[in-house]
Amino acid sequence: MVSKKLPVAILGTGNIGTDLLLKVLRSPVLECRLFAGRNLSSSGMTKASMLNVPVSAKGVESILDLKKEIGLVFDATSAEDHIKHAPLFNRAGIVAVDLTPAKVGQMCVPAVNLDQCLDLPNVNMITCGGQASIPLAYAIAQANQAIQYIETVSSIASRSAGPATRINLDEYLDTTETGLQFFSDCPHTKAILNLNPAQPCVHMQTTVMAKILNPDLDATRKKVAEMVALIRTYVPGYQLLLEPIVENGRLVTMVKVDGLGDYLPKYAGNLDIINCAAIAFAEALARRRVS
Amino acid sequence: MATTPRITICDATLRDGSHAYSHQITLEQVHAYAAAAEAAGYDFLEVGHGNGLGASSLQVGESLVPESEMLRAAKQDLRNTRLSVHVIPGFATIKREIVNAVEAGVDLFRIGCHCTEADITQRHISYVRSVGREVWGVLMMSHMASADVLLEEAKKMQSYGAQGIVLMDSAGACFPKDVTAKIGLLSEGLDVPVGFHAHHNLGLSIANSLAALESGARIIDGTAKGFGAGAGNAPLELLAAVMQQQGYNTALNFYKALDAADLAAKLFAGSLPDSNGITIVSGLAGVFSGFSKPVQRASKQMGVDPRDVFFELGKRKIVGGQEDLIIEVAADLAQRNPLKPPAPSPTL
Repeated sequence: MVSKKLPVAILGTGNIGTDLLLKVLRSPVLECRLFAGRNLSSSGMTKASMLNVPVSAKGVESILDLKKEIGLVFDATSAEDHIKHAPLFNRAGIVAVDLTPAKVGQMCVPAVNLDQCLDLPNVNMITCGGQASIPLAYAIAQANQAIQYIETVSSIASRSAGPATRINLDEYLDTTETGLQFFSDCPHTKAILNLNPAQPCVHMQTTVMAKILNPDLDATRKKVAEMVALIRTYVPGYQLLLEPIVENGRLVTMVKVDGLGDYLPKYAGNLDIINCAAIAFAEALARRRVS
Repeated sequence: MATTPRITICDATLRDGSHAYSHQITLEQVHAYAAAAEAAGYDFLEVGHGNGLGASSLQVGESLVPESEMLRAAKQDLRNTRLSVHVIPGFATIKREIVNAVEAGVDLFRIGCHCTEADITQRHISYVRSVGREVWGVLMMSHMASADVLLEEAKKMQSYGAQGIVLMDSAGACFPKDVTAKIGLLSEGLDVPVGFHAHHNLGLSIANSLAALESGARIIDGTAKGFGAGAGNAPLELLAAVMQQQGYNTALNFYKALDAADLAAKLFAGSLPDSNGITIVSGLAGVFSGFSKPVQRASKQMGVDPRDVFFELGKRKIVGGQEDLIIEVAADLAQRNPLKPPAPSPTL
């Protein structure tokens, strides 16, 4: 049986956009109709042209011109730009998957709330650290009562953090903290990000720590293990590095994220996890539209 | 005859010392010490959590007193000595912490990052300039980059608006000849004053500080009795003595500097840093001095030798802020060497 693929567009030709393109090209249910940005000579554009993907340097306009042919757009520009793009996509009837920390639409972590997001016109993929930590915080919240405080720390390779990430550290922290609050129902949260320049590059690692009155370690370990297994269905390189333990009065658990090595090498698990989450959402939408 | 340039002295006792005190410094201690620092004539007094604004956390340790209270308390006691804070983007944000610190009356913001990542400080440095406060750039863990790289990163900070650049030897891993080369190159290549912040892990804090001054540093950091992370910092009372004897031009009052040290010894009795096997290994391995306490704690829980943990952290080139990896490294070592008797000393 030949299934009809969901036609999508990608806006933004940096690291995130180009990595998304490679994932879309591999997807059995998605088809890239347009790869749009501002600069035809960027390395992402060159890559797309070599792969025979239609490209345009006319940015958001070129996507709106094709609105009848496109069902979904991945916006990998910047928070500032997405705030301008969001109403345009909405009016054109194109579902927007926002990979910036603009927080226009519902925050989506596929392992937690995919089904609730499928009818929405705009979903936000939070941050890379958010996609890694929030499902763990959610699992911890399911296994325990009286969570007083949740904190997450991510370390990523310097080389995997492009100029947009570096200039937007404050927004990264703010959006990750908002996501943690929303999904764990814990009002006090904190996010920390470290860039590590070591060579060979370090793989993304994310730690979640929580202050809990009487932590149920067995239940927490069970919920966390289930969550990790669920995430691995769409982020194959997501792995538990330290199962939940109590150290110095805090509950601690840690994961490592290997990337798929599509556009940046495997150390860039940060890039991979947010893109895998975006693809998981788009594929679920594609499958539902076909069925 | 050329006049000797004025040297600016930064007293980091109530900030770096926070590491040595598990971030439990009280308001009474802030008041008492701030008055002593003012009397000693130090140009700046840095106050707050060991990792700076917004760093009170499970990751690094929670502060006993909220930072805005500490800053306001110190500000009350200061007149000629100005109040400074340490800021690391990735921990602190402009909206959440810097805005509040401006309101609390902070005079100088020292925006720091790992020594190769200067571009993450751009917005924070520009913001502080835009509200009319003084701002410097701080390159931490400076033993991990060459002089050329440090100059390039420092120039970025200068272009964002930094009015001074400080190299921190956060691991206490530098030797005087490294300091001479690095501070010398920065002093020549930058338009703004250059400073040095020492740690004492290899017993070289005063020697390194002197090397910095001799190669053109115009800013020097220290703490009373060396009260700081790991084996501590350059003791201010010793810096004061050495600088006085060498004829450096400062605003300090020597006897009052000695008195401030005596006061710190009383205020923080039992927690003054000392040189021991762990701080020495930490310096050799080039690991952030602030890891000393969490490494000892995690090693005890996992039943491994803390010195092995430091060498492994050094091998993995862990940077400041990555305290969570201590637990992982200790757990990993415990798993790899179960029931092994205490490890023999590693060959160097």
